[in-house]
Amino acid sequence: MNGQDASGAIRVAVKRKIFPAVGDREAQLVLQDIAFEVAPRSFLVITGPSGCGKSTLLNIIAGLDRDYEGAIDLGPAKDGVTFIFQTPRLLPWRTLYENIALALPDGDPRHAEIPAMLDRVGLREAQNAYPEMLSLGMQRRAALARGFILEPKILLMDEPFVSLDDPTAASLRELLMDLWRRHPTTVIFVTHDRSEAIQLGTRILRLAPGQASVAQDVAVTLTDAQRHDRAAVLQEQSRIFAI
Amino acid sequence: MAPVSTSTSSIPRPARALGFNSTIERFAWMAGSLLVLGLFWHVLAVVLQNRYLPTPVAVFDIMMREAESGELWKHTSATLARVAIAFIFSMFIGTAIGLALGKYKTADKFFDAWLTLFLNLPALVTITLCYIWFGLTDVAAVVAVALNKIPNVAVNMREGARSLSKDLAEMAAMYKFGSWKTLRHVTLPQLAPFFAAAARSGLSLVWKIVLVVEAFGRSNGVGYRLAIAFQEFDVGTILAYALAFILIVQIIEFTILQPLQARVSAWRR
Repeated sequence: MNGQDASGAIRVAVKRKIFPAVGDREAQLVLQDIAFEVAPRSFLVITGPSGCGKSTLLNIIAGLDRDYEGAIDLGPAKDGVTFIFQTPRLLPWRTLYENIALALPDGDPRHAEIPAMLDRVGLREAQNAYPEMLSLGMQRRAALARGFILEPKILLMDEPFVSLDDPTAASLRELLMDLWRRHPTTVIFVTHDRSEAIQLGTRILRLAPGQASVAQDVAVTLTDAQRHDRAAVLQEQSRIFAI
Repeated sequence: MAPVSTSTSSIPRPARALGFNSTIERFAWMAGSLLVLGLFWHVLAVVLQNRYLPTPVAVFDIMMREAESGELWKHTSATLARVAIAFIFSMFIGTAIGLALGKYKTADKFFDAWLTLFLNLPALVTITLCYIWFGLTDVAAVVAVALNKIPNVAVNMREGARSLSKDLAEMAAMYKFGSWKTLRHVTLPQLAPFFAAAARSGLSLVWKIVLVVEAFGRSNGVGYRLAIAFQEFDVGTILAYALAFILIVQIIEFTILQPLQARVSAWRR
């Protein structure tokens, strides 16, 4: 795909993605004919039941998985891509501070912003601790800080808040919204949690189970204030997921 | 803020708990149990009154006599030099081989049989063959010792290379670490525990083989001295040299290898 347009949209076109046969397990068609564009600074949530191929799709967009038919065009922002993984993937032998600092090139002026970033995610006190000494919630916050310190133009997130208790997950979502408002960036966020999808996304892409294709592509019409309102989120959720 | 990849980084490191009290307790237990062993030995020697079982005091006297004449230091330093060279040599080559086998599957399939062969080759065979092929020289001695240790290190490091995390490699690629930063902050820390384990088991293996090599074909070193003492059935000297060298190896273990291992695993919960 050539000729990047001025709009800077991300174009995803996956014709086919197959998991090859391994042992006595047959080859499996994971994704088929998935095509969409993502407007700059939008927050796209890809959702669907587990096993529908949403993480695979994100890995393809990130360039971590190159074994597929189709084309991904990240546009002019392709050098500013950051991935926040399902697990924090911090280096256990480096402190939180070092983990965040390592994401930046040596001598980068943004090193000076690390303390402020640590304050924002509430980890200033824990900056010299090793990740394994901290709770999963704190590790995930550090992973968010590491992603946002880079001021990415495109931020890909793969279920970054799974296996957390509800209050922790909720506070991390608040944190993400806060960070996203400070550094507006294009986000593609994968989750199977419907209310999380509604609360965070400006647009939702539902993958259909079994068919490996897009079942629904819909805009979320909530204001920032409504996103904090449980009832409004639930109402929007029943509107979107009723189909 | 200084970049993180300089050793003089201004990022404050947490104070590492050295477990001072637990160290003292460990030493107390060790001293106590060795004292009991020594007493047992002494009682046995006094009861048996056999010239082939001298008392610990007699052995200590021999050790002092050898130390004063300079013989003890002459032989232990010769042995230490061979141990050091063989150790460094085999750690270096074994690590290189192990990492290559861990990384390249085809090479691993091919050389696995060689590795098994060398792992099971008796030290005595490599030693005699090295002396026959390369002559009774120090080079032959060191090569023989290294050949015994290299497969051991290689197996350890191959395990380390195989267990490298794909998750962290992906993370490093995504966050554009580049090859130097990836090596220093992602790859080497994962290999360090395997290296430390290989080093610790390596030292004990290497010094035992060095003694055999010296007994066979060198004219100095603790092994040579033990061989002479054996010809004279001089048990006192055998024990004096053995104990002196065990002491030296333990000092190396406590002052270098154990702190090294503690350091590379300080981040663990």
